[in-house]
Amino acid sequence: MNARSSPHPAPPAPFTTVIGPRRPLLAIDLRELWHYRDLVLLFTRRDIVTVYAQTVLGPLWVVLQPLITTFTFALIFGKAAGLAPPELPGPLFYMSGLVPWAFFSGQITKTSRTLVGGAHVMTKVYFPRLVMPISMTLSNGFTFLIQFAALSVMIAVYAWTGPFTWSAGTQLLGLPMLALIMGTLGLGTGILISAATTKYRDLSFLVGFGVQLLMYASPVILPLSRLQKFPALLRVFELNPMTAVIEAFRAMLFGGAVPWDGLLYSATVAVVMLLVGVMTFNKVERSFADIV
Amino acid sequence: MGPVVIEVEGLGKSYRLGSIGSGTIADELRRGWARLRGRPDPDAPVDTASPGRAQGKVFHALSDVSFRLREGEVLGIIGRNGAGKSTLLKLLSRITAPSEGFIRMKGRVASLLEVGTGFHPDLTGRENIYLNGAILGMHRREIDAKLGEIIAFSGIEHHIDTPVKRYSSGMKVRLGFAVAAHLEPEILIVDEVLAVGDAEFQRKCLGKMKDVSTSGRTILFVSHNMTAVLSLCTRVVWIDGGRVAADGPPEEVVSTYLGSYAQGGDEVAWAPGEGPGTDLVRLTHAAVLPQEAGAPLTMRSPFTIRIGLENRRVHDDDLNIGIRVVNDHDLVLFASTQADSGTDRPPVPQGRFEVDCLIPGDLMNEGSYHVVVTAFRGAKLHFMTERVLSFTVHAGERRGAWFGKQAGLIRPRLSWRTHAMDHPG
Repeated sequence: MNARSSPHPAPPAPFTTVIGPRRPLLAIDLRELWHYRDLVLLFTRRDIVTVYAQTVLGPLWVVLQPLITTFTFALIFGKAAGLAPPELPGPLFYMSGLVPWAFFSGQITKTSRTLVGGAHVMTKVYFPRLVMPISMTLSNGFTFLIQFAALSVMIAVYAWTGPFTWSAGTQLLGLPMLALIMGTLGLGTGILISAATTKYRDLSFLVGFGVQLLMYASPVILPLSRLQKFPALLRVFELNPMTAVIEAFRAMLFGGAVPWDGLLYSATVAVVMLLVGVMTFNKVERSFADIV
Repeated sequence: MGPVVIEVEGLGKSYRLGSIGSGTIADELRRGWARLRGRPDPDAPVDTASPGRAQGKVFHALSDVSFRLREGEVLGIIGRNGAGKSTLLKLLSRITAPSEGFIRMKGRVASLLEVGTGFHPDLTGRENIYLNGAILGMHRREIDAKLGEIIAFSGIEHHIDTPVKRYSSGMKVRLGFAVAAHLEPEILIVDEVLAVGDAEFQRKCLGKMKDVSTSGRTILFVSHNMTAVLSLCTRVVWIDGGRVAADGPPEEVVSTYLGSYAQGGDEVAWAPGEGPGTDLVRLTHAAVLPQEAGAPLTMRSPFTIRIGLENRRVHDDDLNIGIRVVNDHDLVLFASTQADSGTDRPPVPQGRFEVDCLIPGDLMNEGSYHVVVTAFRGAKLHFMTERVLSFTVHAGERRGAWFGKQAGLIRPRLSWRTHAMDHPG
């Protein structure tokens, strides 16, 4: 039975897992992630299903949240302060800013809790840690789709009833690209923060606050056309990678000039953030169980 | 012997003590920059090669651990608390990464360490089976195929579509274990399952371990329970101080391990005048002596507690030395003094002397105990020490089918008789 009873040790078996002290920072085991694809989908499903468990309105909240904010903004910033641009009905202007913004800020705030929030599972069992932020991105994308559908309905209602005429064409095809840029930017920033919060918990307080601040430095509330008199402020707005995305979102949806230069900047920042995020996350996830 | 499925080579894990958050953000940035360029981390906890640069203390939880495990082996991992067993398991189950060395493994690793991890309270039992299975690395169709079996094994068919938050903790454990048991891993890690759960759970765990090992897969079993280790394992590794102290056949390693207890911790001596006590009478040394010198203390074996004293001023025969045996919670199991032997005990000698208290076998339960020394003069307590000695009583042998520790502060072996009440015929 013992065919290998030679004086030499058996030839090394083809090991499937090799764990060592270091590994390249950008090494993502895609095959392993693929193996865990069912877990990605289950986490996604869990995120979607359980958020509204035991609520009366359930998934309706997904639509109500931006709607309520939209009408609040339309009332305060649009009607009272007169800051909305003349070419769009106020609610359409704010909703079309809030929906992509909600996607982006959801990306950051959710994925930034990956490691600290998931510690109770991750310190007990191994699975590729990236599974969590990826599934959060998917569930967040699902929320975005629903809110986008609500926005579409709103546009249809305005076009049907009011003086507003909807004029958009092939530019609509650019929308998925915007979603990709936002998703990447939010995911990269989120997992970077997530990695940093394992050491510096302060950051978790800063995230919500910081994202809020970032919104005021974007055209969600203030249209860029109102900023032409304040070039310094305009410069700050343009540094925000979300500015061009939201401008482009509105331009593609309602017709208008798409700021391609700005989008290129946003996409570059998104890719850089994703790379830095993945590298930091990869580094931290291997030993974060020791410090959490 | 099958092929090698686990190869651990020079494995080490070190932690920096008290360093979390002590670095400034500038430090962190500097380290991050070095890392980005692929240089070694300038403050790496691992590289203690330059001891002159004391960047905070480094604790080596595990160092230079190497072993190879072949398919079908059941490896017991033993060692005292804090020896590094849990760290080794964490590294093997990939919860944290090693600081040095390599682990090479073949096949799927599952752990019975944390059953039910990742259960979501708002999802039903059925949904959680899928979620938990996927966390453990199972595919959806694998779970589909085994769902019926898992539900039947868990024994909670009627509540399977109820949210898990309405489950009792026992139901959660059963469901979690049912999922883990159907994972069919090539390598199974079992950590001290015998210490938790009820007899039924223990029986299921052991049954599952037997199944796994007979089907030619490999088990790593960590336990403090030598009886279980001896009866289940084919090989034992003893980890002491983060290193492999012994690796070999179970009987050999276990007895070396238990022997190490007999030599340490259960003997103490003080410099003259520094032992606990008073100027009148003071302890000089104390020891727990098994009947056979050097043999481990078991529930069966009688042993002696010896107290050495120095009597300087007490001239009467009024001094009465005693002991109290307490458990880890400071509960006194029993107290005894020299007066227990009757009134004809000889007067306490002047100068140095020893008193022996004989503890019979079949009295102590397994566990760790401590000795407190008392001295009375007449009916008055003259002094009472802190814990001066600690010792561990091992199970030694199994009574009945139960692997765990029996309930009870003490474990006397009592006589039982059966009287038939009905006389046939």
